[in-house]
Amino acid sequence: MRILTGNDLKSGSVTWWTGSDWSLHVEDAVDVAGSEDEIARREEASRRVNAPYAIDAEMHEGRPRPSHIKDRIRALGPTVRPDLTLKPTDPDIGTWVI
Amino acid sequence: MYLYDQYDQAMVDARVAEFRDQAQRRLEGKLTEDQFKPLRLMNGLYLQLHAYMLRVAIPYGTLNSRQMHALADIADKYDRGYGHFTTRQNIQYNWIKLEDAGDILADLAEVEMHAIQTSGNCIRNISSDHFAGAAADELVDPRPYAELLRQWSSFHPEFSYLPRKFKIAVIASDTDRAAMRLHDIGIQIVRNDAGELGAAFYVGGGMGRTPMIAPCIKEFVPLDRLVTYAEACLRVYNRHGRRDNKYKARIKILVHEMGAEEYTRQVDAEFEHMLSQGIEPPYAELERIRTFFEDPLFEEDASADIDRSDPDFALWVARNTHAHKAAGYVSAVISLKPVGGIPGDATSEQMRLMADLAKDYSFDEMRVMHTQNIVLPHVRLADLHALWTALEEAGLGSPNLDTIEDIIACPGLDYCSLANARSIPVAQKISERFAASGKTEALGKLKLKISGCINACGHHHAGHIGILGVDKKGVENYQLLLGGSEAEDVSLAKITGPGFDEAGIVDAVETAADVYLREREEGERFLDTYRRIGMAPFKEALYG
Repeated sequence: MRILTGNDLKSGSVTWWTGSDWSLHVEDAVDVAGSEDEIARREEASRRVNAPYAIDAEMHEGRPRPSHIKDRIRALGPTVRPDLTLKPTDPDIGTWVI
Repeated sequence: MYLYDQYDQAMVDARVAEFRDQAQRRLEGKLTEDQFKPLRLMNGLYLQLHAYMLRVAIPYGTLNSRQMHALADIADKYDRGYGHFTTRQNIQYNWIKLEDAGDILADLAEVEMHAIQTSGNCIRNISSDHFAGAAADELVDPRPYAELLRQWSSFHPEFSYLPRKFKIAVIASDTDRAAMRLHDIGIQIVRNDAGELGAAFYVGGGMGRTPMIAPCIKEFVPLDRLVTYAEACLRVYNRHGRRDNKYKARIKILVHEMGAEEYTRQVDAEFEHMLSQGIEPPYAELERIRTFFEDPLFEEDASADIDRSDPDFALWVARNTHAHKAAGYVSAVISLKPVGGIPGDATSEQMRLMADLAKDYSFDEMRVMHTQNIVLPHVRLADLHALWTALEEAGLGSPNLDTIEDIIACPGLDYCSLANARSIPVAQKISERFAASGKTEALGKLKLKISGCINACGHHHAGHIGILGVDKKGVENYQLLLGGSEAEDVSLAKITGPGFDEAGIVDAVETAADVYLREREEGERFLDTYRRIGMAPFKEALYG
C-alpha cells in the first residue's frame, strides 16, 4: 500500500493523510495508491501540509506500518529518546520500529 | 571575545526582520515551499526527520555565559528542553515550529547570535581550535583572524551562491585540534624565518563521500593580505567549481581534478590581480578586532599546586584538562559523553550550569569543541576541585576526554533526513560496553567517530576507529574503518571489509581494540599500532 505523509506547515510535525484530514498518527493513514499526486497537490495548495510525498507501507496487525525504517522512525520519533516519541509508555514500540 | 558594533547588530537585526516577514508570507501561502526553502536555509532552518531544525552559529565555538543562558532559554521556550552541540562547533534544536522561528532569531540577536550561513552553498560558520586563546602551545590566538574572515564572508554577495557549501578552519599551533586539513580551506597562522606572522593555506580538504586531505598551496601569506588571498581561493573555485554535479561540486574535487599546482597558479594570478583592487580591509581593522581577544587578567601568582588525593578527581584532571599558557591555569573540558548518553546533547539545565560555572571559574568564557564537548578555557588550578565537584553533582563529570567513550556521533537516522542508519545507539552501546569491560583506561587515547551516512558529519574517515552506517536493502548496516586522524598526523581511515549489524559492530570495535591491546608496543596509541602493523591482523581477527 501507499500512504501519504508530510509536515504540518506551522509546527513542522510529521503528519499522515487519513482520507479527509491529516493525523499525527501513522495508524490513521489510508491507502492512496494511484491518487497520491492529486491529493498531495491539492492539500499542499490549501496549506494543510508541507512538502507531502507518498511512501510504501504494509498492514501490520491491522494498521499501516511504513516499509522502511526511516519512515518508521519518522512516524514515531527518535528511538534514543522514547520520552519524546508519540508513544512514550509503550514498551513494545521498539520492535515496531526496528 | 568579540562584541558586536552598531553595524554587526544592525545587520543581524535587519536579517531577523527580513526572515520574520518571509516566514509570515510562507504561513500565509504567499510563498511556496520551493520558494521558501532557500530562504529558510539561509537562516539555518532545515526541515528534518521529525520537525523543523534550527542550527545556530557559534563563531569559532566561542560563547559567553549570557549567550549560553539564551541558548538554554530557547531550548525551554521553543524546543523540548535540550540542544545538540555539533561537529561544527554549533548548536541545533530539533523541534522548532516555523511560527516561532522569527521570535527565536530575535532572541538570538539580543545576545549577538544568529543562524546565518549555517546552511546553504555559502561560507559556513568558521571553526577554530577549541583551546584558542588558552593553549600553551599556540603561536597566537587564532580567533581574531577567524573573526576577520567571518566579517569578510558574512553576506558576501560574490560567495552567497557557491557551487557547494564551504568550510574554513583557522588554527595557530602545530597541534591541529580543528581538523584543519579536512576543510575546504584550512589556515594555520605561522611565523616565518624573519619572525613575521603569516598564514599557511591548505585548500581542498574535506570529508563526505569523497574524503581528501588538503594540500598546502601557500606556506606564507602576510597577514595584511589574508583576506585577499582567501578571496582569490574562493574566486577560482567559484569560476571553475562543478555546478553541474552536486557530488563533484566541492572545492576538493576541483583541486584534485585541476591539480594543486595549476589551482595554485590560478589563485596566485588572481591574487596578484586583486592586490591592485584594494579589497583587503585596513590593517587597523584587524588590530581593532584583536583588542577583543586580549587575555583576561590572569592571576600572576596563581598556585600550581593541586591536591590529587581523590582518585576520581585525579582521573578527571588527568584526562579532561589541557595545558594553559598561564601558570596556575588549565583549560577544563566538560564531557557531554556520559556512559550510555547521547553525544553532544545538553539539557537546558546543564547549559545553565555550564554558563554559571564559566562565569564563576573561567572569565565568563566557553568553547564548543568539534568533538561535541564544552571547554572552560581559563580555570585556576586552585578552582578545579570545586568545578569538578559541581560537574559531578550534575552528571557532567565524565572523565573520558579522548578515550573510546568520547565518541563523536552525528544525529543519524534518529533525527536526520539524510541519514541511512542510526549513529547514537551505536555510540551508546560502545561506551557502555567499554565502560563495563574496564578497557577504557588500557586503550588510552583512541578516537572513535560515527556517521550515519556518507556525508560524514560524524567524521568517520578521521577516526582512529570509524563507523559508517549504510542502508543495506532497508536494514541498517555498519562499516568499520581504521587508521584515520584529523590531527597534525592527518590520515584517512580505510574500510576493514564487509559491514556488520548493530550488535555486530559493537563486537567488531571490541575485537579491533583487543588486537591493539595484544600487538601494541610501549607508548603506542591505537593509531600508531595500526600504522605499524597494518590492516591484516585486524582483518584476520574480524573476519577470520
